[in-house]
Amino acid sequence: MAAGLADAGRLLRSGEITATALLEEALGTASRTEAQLHAFLTIDSEGAREAAAQADADFADGVDFGPLHGIPVALKDNLCTRGLETTAGSQILAGYVPPYDATVVERLRHGGAVIVGKTNLDEFAMGSSTENSAYGPTYNPWDLSRVPGGSSGGSAAVVAAGSALLGLGSDTGGSIRQPASLCGVVGMKPTYGTVSRYGLIAFASSLDQIGPFTRTVEDSAIALSTIWGHDPLDSTSYAGKYPDPVAGLERGVDGLKVGIVTELSGEGFEPGVEAATGDMLGRLEKAGVQLVEVSLPTFEIALSAYYLIAPAEASSNLARFDGIRYGLRVEGPTTEELMARTRAEGFGPEVTRRILLGTYSLSAGYYDAFYGQAQRVRAAIQEDFARAYDLVDVLVSPTSPTVAFEAGARTSDPLAMYLSDICNIPANMAGHPAMTVPIGLDDSGLPIGFQVMAPPLGEQIMYQVAAEVERQAAFVIAPTAVQVAR
Amino acid sequence: MTWEPVIGIEVHVELMTASKMFCGCEVAHGGQPNTRVCPTCLGLPGALPVTNRAAIESIMSIGLALGCQISPRSVFHRKNYFYADLPKNYQISQFDVPVCHDGYLDIEVDGAARRVGIERAHMEEDTGKSIHIGLGGRIHAAERTLLDFNRSGVPLVEVVSRPDLRSAVEARAYAQELRSVIAELGVSDVRLEEGSIRFDANVSVRPEGSEQLGTKVEVKNMNSFRSLERAVGHEVERQTALLESGGSVVQETRHWDEESGVTHSMRVKEGSSDYRYFTEPDLVPLVMSPEWVAGLGARLPEMPAERRARYLSQGLAPSTAGVLSGLDPGLRAVYDDAVLSGASPQAAANWLTGEVVAWLRRSEADGPLTGLDGPNLAELIEMVDDGAVSSSAAKELLAGIMSGEGGPREIAERRDLLQVSDVGQLDGVIDSVLAENPDAVGEFRSGEEKVVGFLVGQIMKATGGKADPRLVNQLLREKMTG
Ligand SMILES: [Zn+2]
Repeated sequence: MAAGLADAGRLLRSGEITATALLEEALGTASRTEAQLHAFLTIDSEGAREAAAQADADFADGVDFGPLHGIPVALKDNLCTRGLETTAGSQILAGYVPPYDATVVERLRHGGAVIVGKTNLDEFAMGSSTENSAYGPTYNPWDLSRVPGGSSGGSAAVVAAGSALLGLGSDTGGSIRQPASLCGVVGMKPTYGTVSRYGLIAFASSLDQIGPFTRTVEDSAIALSTIWGHDPLDSTSYAGKYPDPVAGLERGVDGLKVGIVTELSGEGFEPGVEAATGDMLGRLEKAGVQLVEVSLPTFEIALSAYYLIAPAEASSNLARFDGIRYGLRVEGPTTEELMARTRAEGFGPEVTRRILLGTYSLSAGYYDAFYGQAQRVRAAIQEDFARAYDLVDVLVSPTSPTVAFEAGARTSDPLAMYLSDICNIPANMAGHPAMTVPIGLDDSGLPIGFQVMAPPLGEQIMYQVAAEVERQAAFVIAPTAVQVAR
Repeated sequence: MTWEPVIGIEVHVELMTASKMFCGCEVAHGGQPNTRVCPTCLGLPGALPVTNRAAIESIMSIGLALGCQISPRSVFHRKNYFYADLPKNYQISQFDVPVCHDGYLDIEVDGAARRVGIERAHMEEDTGKSIHIGLGGRIHAAERTLLDFNRSGVPLVEVVSRPDLRSAVEARAYAQELRSVIAELGVSDVRLEEGSIRFDANVSVRPEGSEQLGTKVEVKNMNSFRSLERAVGHEVERQTALLESGGSVVQETRHWDEESGVTHSMRVKEGSSDYRYFTEPDLVPLVMSPEWVAGLGARLPEMPAERRARYLSQGLAPSTAGVLSGLDPGLRAVYDDAVLSGASPQAAANWLTGEVVAWLRRSEADGPLTGLDGPNLAELIEMVDDGAVSSSAAKELLAGIMSGEGGPREIAERRDLLQVSDVGQLDGVIDSVLAENPDAVGEFRSGEEKVVGFLVGQIMKATGGKADPRLVNQLLREKMTG
């Protein structure tokens, strides 16, 4: 098996493997692991085989669409794919087949990528364990009794298992980084506005951002180079100059200032996580970075503000699922009743909870105390970050306070579940890039992730540091609970 | 007690941009249902809006024409409510920072000028259309509802007046004047029957002299200026009667019923007042630079009120000025050119608002005027003034000009319509007619006026009808008196 997509790309171009063989290996892994993991909602073997055959024909003709050409890719099921069912993990979109491709999907197709299938997620990306999927949970490939994290748990598990070399997810409040951390892979959330949201089924528009799951830091940078860029179909898309995420990978970290976020340690953080984080900080210091402790006090209230803003936007974004034009319809005596019944039956409990929370926080009389106040907190978080980045080049922290938790452990306690993303949410609130790199296993053999955050459009320096973290950790992605290789 | 009506009008105008407000679908009327739709205007999962710059220019022009301030920065908000023909179940609209605010519109009622304040003009998107089938098309009894999203996402400008209107007649005058301003800008086809322009009225009454506003009622569903005037008039009467009988007005929305001539209370939608507005996160704020605003301001056409004032200053009667101002731009250009070519403004306006319009109506010609322009209208007027043609011949000439047969003099010569206005030539004819009627002079001098008519008739006969009758009359009297 190829070490990652960059490695596979070299093998494809040297003729050592074919795209078809690469795909069959991925499909084989999926067929061996799916019964245990349930990471896919749809596997499009037929479409993928056609795309792989086309890639092989292209290579034979000397046609090369770039680094993702012939690479097996899995897409979170909230990314619209023309002709391929897209459910967002919800009953309300059961059987929905979009008539168009999301911009990122179009970019992947133009790049010759082979789309293997659609991956499981918490319904409408609301959750941190992939247990809120209407189609059943996904399990962690390192320990089948544990969750893969979420909401993009399917893509994280697929990349960890090797059923695809690239997974795409969306990160509204940690939904890429936290599952990547729990599954021991690289996960990255780009600067807000750099990857088009067109065709991403919206959860919270001002926070959502699409990003890659990969097996290496280099793969992540390469994948980002393909999926990002200005898109006229997304008004919030960044139209200026984009950095080169790959350029700094081999540069090392000598002389860089790395900020340790003091708020992201201590109570609630598992000893194994703290130990691995401390060990990595020591290694980075030896590699030449200057470590600086930085306090960002607003991080303490970021979670509360997030749980006002994200549900508020979600309550409006999810209003369109009404049974009138597509998806589930539950008939009723009046149009209003039809809508109410469809939504009552179509949405799961967590989605319903957040819609109610959001509706409440936007209501007349409460707006300023809740949504308005949360927006002011958001501005304060940005100011906090700005002050920190005056002192340091990047900020680091654990990606998750804990390793993968037991399935079912937090499903009845929403607040405990919400705390899973405490390290991740500030970057979403500020619109900044952040990523996770696996750095080791705890005593029970579960992966631990290390988070690197950077200022807006600071992807190059972020990848530069992440690459050093990866070299220092020398982590091997070898999930123990599933048979991942022949 | 005397009651004073207080009325404000909300006007929705569909813009005539090439594409919709937030997607590339075409803006048009008619056609098969659901043929001008895409993921964005159908509210499909994942689709996003992109602001149409042409629509923003249109609303800025409307604002400038209404003397509004243009906000340097404006934001879109989501207005959240569930309705089957609203695909996203929220409407992208504006809330506290509209594109235009604080303007005015001058209207004239019974010769008196009134300035009506404009509170704001904001940008939003239109909804689709519900078609209720069965049981008389009533929504609550319909067997089924069909949805057409062709209109969904069409750019809509809402212009909100201040409560400055004091009668149904003023309300109508305001609506008509606003429609003519928007028509002048060419940003909408302002067709009432197509719903391109729609009016709602906020009506309340209060004791004359009171500064406090009464409870207001929103009246909807008026589809002509006449029904707007009737509906407002009815609502004022209804509220007045209610208050005089000791009752009180309920704040509500009422539906105008054109056939019965009354307003009905609409079912009050639960929670309809809380639209949970919040900033639209899918769109970035609009920035209207001073250069952009100034550029649009410089390109504004002359507004109807300015034009009427200019016509009055040229000496036109107020009624003519009003009618001329309402003519299409091509005809008004002919007027301006004719006046520049030396024609009397009133004569040029009379021709255009009378004969020209009548001819166009008869010939149903909608297109450009084939032969009529300012210089040849001026020449025609001059020929009539000089007596070179009779007024009936002039009408024939006009038809010839408009049919593209040439200039007035050319046509008059070709059709032999010129009158004999040569004094020397007429002298001889008059002398010989007088010689043939020796008693006539005596009768005239003894006060027999009717003999003049007889003699003129004889002279016209002798010239084959081509003499200028006014000139003949004048010369004849001079000879008989002298
Ligand atoms: Zn459209």
